[in-house]
Amino acid sequence: MIHSLFIINHGGDVFLEKHWKSVIHRSVCDYFFDAQSRADDPVDVPPVITTPHHYLISVYRAGLYFVSVCTSEMMPLFVIEFLHRVVDTFKDYFGDCTESLIKEHYVLSNVPWRRSAVKYTNNEAYFDVVEEVDAIIDRSGSTVFAEIQGYIDCSVKLSGMPDLTMTFINPRLFDDFSFHPCVRFKRWESERLLSFIPPDGSFRLMSYHIGTQSVVAVPLYVRHNISFKTGPGTGRLDLTVGPKQTMGRTVENVLLEINMPKQVLNCMLTPSQGRVTFDPVSRLLSWTVGRVEQSKLPNLRGSLSLQTGAPPPDANPAINLQFTISQLAVSGVKVNRLDMYGEKYKPFKGVKYITRAGRFQVRT
Amino acid sequence: MWDPKMLPRIAPMATSVGAAGFGADVRSGMAAGGGGGGGDIEYGNEATPAGFFSADFKRHDDLKQMLDSSKDNLKLEAMKRIIGMVAKGRDASDLFPAVVKNVVSKNIEVKKLVYTYLVRYAEEKQDLALLSISTFQRALKDPNQLIRANALRVLSSIRVPVIVPIMMLAINDSVVDMSPYVRKTAAHAIPKLYSLDPDQKEELVTVIEKLLADRTTLVVGSAVMAFEEVCPERIDLVHKNFRKLCNVLVDIEEWGQVIIINMLTHYARTQFIDPNLQDGPGDQPERPFYDDSESESESEGSDAEGQKRKPYVMDQDHALLLRSTKPLLQSRNAAVVMGVAQLYHHLAPRSEVSLVTKAMIRLLRSHREVQSVVLTCIASMTTQRKGMFDPYLKSFFVRSCDSSHIKILKLEILTNLATESSISIVLREFQTYIASHDKTFVAATIQAIGRCASNIADVTDTCLQGLVALLSNRDESVVAESVVVIKKLLQTQPGEHKEIIRHMARLVDHIKIPMARASILWLIGEYCDRIPRIAPDVLRKMAKTFINEEDIVKLQIVNLASKLCLTNPEQTELLAQYVYSLARYDPSYDLRDRVRLMRHLVFPADGPNSRLGKYARRIFMATKPAPRLESSFKDRDQFQLGSLSHYINARATGYRELASFPAEAPDPTVRNSVVPLPERPPEPALQPTRQRGFYSDSSSEDESEDSDSDSSSSGSGESSGESSSGESSSSEDAAPARNKARARAPPPTRGVSALRPPQASSSDSDEEDSDEEGSTSGSGSGSDSGSESDGSASSAAAPAAPPPAAPAPAGGGGGNSVDLLLELDSVPAPLGTELLTPSLGGLLSPVAASGAAPATAKADTIELVSAQFVPSEYRELVNPITGSGLQVRYRYTRAPHLYSAAMTSVELSFTNTTQQEMTDIHVGQKTLTAGLTLHEFAPVSLLAPGGTVGSTLGVDFRDSTHAARFDIVTGGSRTVPVSLAAPMGEILRPVTMSDDLFQRRRAQLRGMNEAGGSVTPACCPTPSDVRKLVLAAVNVAALSSDTGDNERQLRFAGQTMSSGTLVLITVGLPAADAGDGAAVTVTVNCEKMVVGNMLLKELKTQLLR
Repeated sequence: MIHSLFIINHGGDVFLEKHWKSVIHRSVCDYFFDAQSRADDPVDVPPVITTPHHYLISVYRAGLYFVSVCTSEMMPLFVIEFLHRVVDTFKDYFGDCTESLIKEHYVLSNVPWRRSAVKYTNNEAYFDVVEEVDAIIDRSGSTVFAEIQGYIDCSVKLSGMPDLTMTFINPRLFDDFSFHPCVRFKRWESERLLSFIPPDGSFRLMSYHIGTQSVVAVPLYVRHNISFKTGPGTGRLDLTVGPKQTMGRTVENVLLEINMPKQVLNCMLTPSQGRVTFDPVSRLLSWTVGRVEQSKLPNLRGSLSLQTGAPPPDANPAINLQFTISQLAVSGVKVNRLDMYGEKYKPFKGVKYITRAGRFQVRT
Repeated sequence: MWDPKMLPRIAPMATSVGAAGFGADVRSGMAAGGGGGGGDIEYGNEATPAGFFSADFKRHDDLKQMLDSSKDNLKLEAMKRIIGMVAKGRDASDLFPAVVKNVVSKNIEVKKLVYTYLVRYAEEKQDLALLSISTFQRALKDPNQLIRANALRVLSSIRVPVIVPIMMLAINDSVVDMSPYVRKTAAHAIPKLYSLDPDQKEELVTVIEKLLADRTTLVVGSAVMAFEEVCPERIDLVHKNFRKLCNVLVDIEEWGQVIIINMLTHYARTQFIDPNLQDGPGDQPERPFYDDSESESESEGSDAEGQKRKPYVMDQDHALLLRSTKPLLQSRNAAVVMGVAQLYHHLAPRSEVSLVTKAMIRLLRSHREVQSVVLTCIASMTTQRKGMFDPYLKSFFVRSCDSSHIKILKLEILTNLATESSISIVLREFQTYIASHDKTFVAATIQAIGRCASNIADVTDTCLQGLVALLSNRDESVVAESVVVIKKLLQTQPGEHKEIIRHMARLVDHIKIPMARASILWLIGEYCDRIPRIAPDVLRKMAKTFINEEDIVKLQIVNLASKLCLTNPEQTELLAQYVYSLARYDPSYDLRDRVRLMRHLVFPADGPNSRLGKYARRIFMATKPAPRLESSFKDRDQFQLGSLSHYINARATGYRELASFPAEAPDPTVRNSVVPLPERPPEPALQPTRQRGFYSDSSSEDESEDSDSDSSSSGSGESSGESSSGESSSSEDAAPARNKARARAPPPTRGVSALRPPQASSSDSDEEDSDEEGSTSGSGSGSDSGSESDGSASSAAAPAAPPPAAPAPAGGGGGNSVDLLLELDSVPAPLGTELLTPSLGGLLSPVAASGAAPATAKADTIELVSAQFVPSEYRELVNPITGSGLQVRYRYTRAPHLYSAAMTSVELSFTNTTQQEMTDIHVGQKTLTAGLTLHEFAPVSLLAPGGTVGSTLGVDFRDSTHAARFDIVTGGSRTVPVSLAAPMGEILRPVTMSDDLFQRRRAQLRGMNEAGGSVTPACCPTPSDVRKLVLAAVNVAALSSDTGDNERQLRFAGQTMSSGTLVLITVGLPAADAGDGAAVTVTVNCEKMVVGNMLLKELKTQLLR
């Protein structure tokens, strides 16, 4: 079982500790700091650290480390999942999870699943069907791997004790799914519909996965030409973004990010649209493109200045892509209808679809 | 299925993890942080070094003042700041006295923060912490379940060894609490008590057994957790609950599910036989999926025997377990999904394990830490079960944004998964990885290529060519890694590969990395016959650089010299001599020793024909076995999948080995429980897709297949009665039945002990001792009770036994804490044993005990006795007019109700005053105020005209005079609303105690807890009259029984039905010669002031009659 919990900021200060059993001195965190200093990146800190007497299991979220101390065998996932749930709870309460927020706040009351006799003047239920496209595109532009991760997030403000039923036009699409505990799994198994008494407020009703077996539409392509020349230390970069399978919608909020190799000192690039920044410390090049129109394809070109003397990089860096398409669920999932039982009033119902990039990577 | 009202949204997640429950105090504790400005002030105090020392003893004075103030908001602010300090890890222990007195605060927010503080510092300030204990004890009897639970939680979190007996009692009480939430909290308290005092194990196991039998899903998860913490070896406790656990699993909160799944995995490995011993015919189509070599090697040995054996039939409980865990794969909780995955991995027939694949792949979308654990598990699974993850190969492709250990894990899995058909895709991926900037990742990729090359013969040459191409890579680490891998590969290859070796020999000139240099030198030495011209030259160069090389390189130079000297002595003998001489004076003793050995082999003292010399060639040039390139996850199998030990690949503290399947299944009938199960006839192989319909079938379907084994229970009609009276009173012989009933009496006790009338026959006396140990006297006086019955002499000594009793409040508190201690005075000394028996006093043994030895009241025990007076007159509940002909009358029988001892039993008498028959008289709708419970009377099916029928109703009034309102329905349509409120005197039960104890108890219940008054009856009553009057009105027992009429003070004792709070009544009579008009004084002492006052009122009216 979890013995103690420490929350550590990126400066390495333990700013909060909590002990469930006997008090373990915070010096146990030194083992964690050792591991932290060995890792180049916060995400490289191993989730489980073995020390002579304790096991430190940690998660890294929102720039904070949540380090729990265990003394004996237990499922690491149990602890990890729990810590993430703690962070989620903080986010629920505070809207965010930062050091100052945690320090400032008190939360003293339980949030019940549903308060008894909830009452709203406007009875509303909103559902967001969010789909994230995960993809790896190889340098020739063909799709190595693509899949869709979908979520149905709800914000339900309904009086009384409503019993909701949601049906889909094409429930067969789902390869795999997981549900909020309020969903009656038996009915899903037999009828493929979601039947549930919603908790009050916002929550994630369902997540689903449409896997590698189905064909996934990739909405954007990136034409790229990056070259690092030997010699005087300059390279060239030329990127063009264009829509591919967008089902008639515009792709918005497009953002390209490239982690440049360490030899790159600076970038002199001009975009035909949007804004470009390059951070010489993290060597992150990011191009905020915005909206992509078929008529005028956004383009970014220019030169890269390389460290003189050092050999040019062996390989080109990968491009991470972000975008959103509103009013569209790229998999074709559609909510058929939503019915409410158990209460007499007529609620206002709304479903919104949105597609965005998940882990979308273009190899160059 | 999910009861939305019962589950606080956050509390469940804490529960199973939490020692201290998360619901309230963690968040307050954790989120606390000085509260804005408050924090700054306190910072300021400490930051200035000058003020630090001078004001040290005055530190926190402002906080103390705030805590002492009478305003709640100031207290709250102070507490917030203090908890903020605690959370920051700053020492706030000197505030303990100031804080702890606020434990009695009425403000719930202040109270919670004080609790949080208390739990943190109780261990350091044990004496002071004891001051607060009585508050919790009182709270444990509060009608509000949340307050009871919270009190228990905090009480059990206080790690002070002296309160162990109190905790034990509190747990014992709470386990039979009406509220499942309190029972759940009791389950959480068990591991805490166990860690505080492992000696309590035996008693705790009994408690756990009770909890495991609990039918509420809220409780079960926590009960299993307690089981796992305290007595995981007691597998026998699980048998009876196994099917229930499987059936309710889906409805349990998610953290409980994890624990239960894990426990059931262990259980199943001891109870069922290996489903893969013999593959059933149903598996046939699946076979090609699995790696051939694996399935063969595993089942080959057993197959031969298997032919002779009877075909494997899965135990239906085994099938039930698999079936009921499967829906949990859809849980949103990664730990639950992983739990099910490992259960299938360890328990399911080979063909079914792949059911978990999709869900595991889904977890890969989760947070990095989750990915890491899941990938480790998958890596380990893929060494055995390739086929499972084959279709998801692409999910393991590496992204540039993955963290490095995730990348390595994915690489491992890709390598494990690669087959002839997929190798081309895998290799193409590997190719892109080699260009990565992350050098450790590149090195791992090269090793992975090497493994693919050695595992899959088709691609060996391609890979080798690829690796050779890497030898000209600009990055040295890439080259070095390639060299090492090529070396290994060449060893496994029979071919010539002269070109490659020559290429590598050339590399020695500029490659710096020792491991690579050593590998090259070894290769040259080993295959020196293939490059006879180059090898001596390499040795020449090495001899020059020898002294600057690393140890591993030096060793290989020496090896190379020896081998060359044996194959090509003309060219190299001198060089070898030279190298040996250098090595002889090397700082490394290992090297010096080796050279000494080699010199004697290669240059034997007695010439080349010596015996050693003859064998030297065979020793050095022997064919070496090729290294096997295999997954580093191969040996992780020894650990349970998903466990901490598995993840760190080392045995963690407290790791429990997963038992190997027994050869013969143990008796499956032990799992037949009282509860009939929804079971289908056994099926040879599971076909889950077709059985979807009844996954989460709860026990509501009562097609009993077990009914033959316990016919008696089916008659009772109440499926919940685990220890229903039918069972224990049936044919089984008496002794074990008694034990059983005692051990797992469910909350509303229906066990035998409650059934036994107070005046039990003396044949029960043999049971007395054991019973007392079980429950009466958990606080430690149980063993005393027998030996100290000899009289009041020892009574003074007895209370001294529990160590931390009264003295603490007086001395330790200091000036400030005096006022808070007022309340303490009015409560019996914290450890005074007797009072602690309370709330289930009636349920368990004392009833029997008193029957055996009623007269010799033990010095320090309070014993239940039967009513000394039972009123016989009936009162009317429904008159014939309002009841349309039905008359109902009632009287209080003052006997314990059979359903629950907390209930007042009311005898009803129904009379039909009409000329028609009345049918079906039963209780209709009940409208009960908070906490009241009502046990309906048995329906009267037919009441003939003019006839009268009796029946009994039970009402738990919760120590209040609230009326129980309900409808009596006749003939299915006519309803008569009735309201039944018992006078205070009827919700008591009589107890006896020694005079001495009575006086002490009374002394402890002074002040607010004493209600007194006087009445002036018309004529001076005699003591016996008064006694009669009192007993008629109030169900108590008269003490000091046989003193005659000259006794001027009468004493009566009882306790309330529901909470068992002690009630002491003293009636003072005027002197016999005082004449008429003298006042009679009545005093009632009771912890519950309301009860006391109302009793007083009733008594006064009664005495005026």
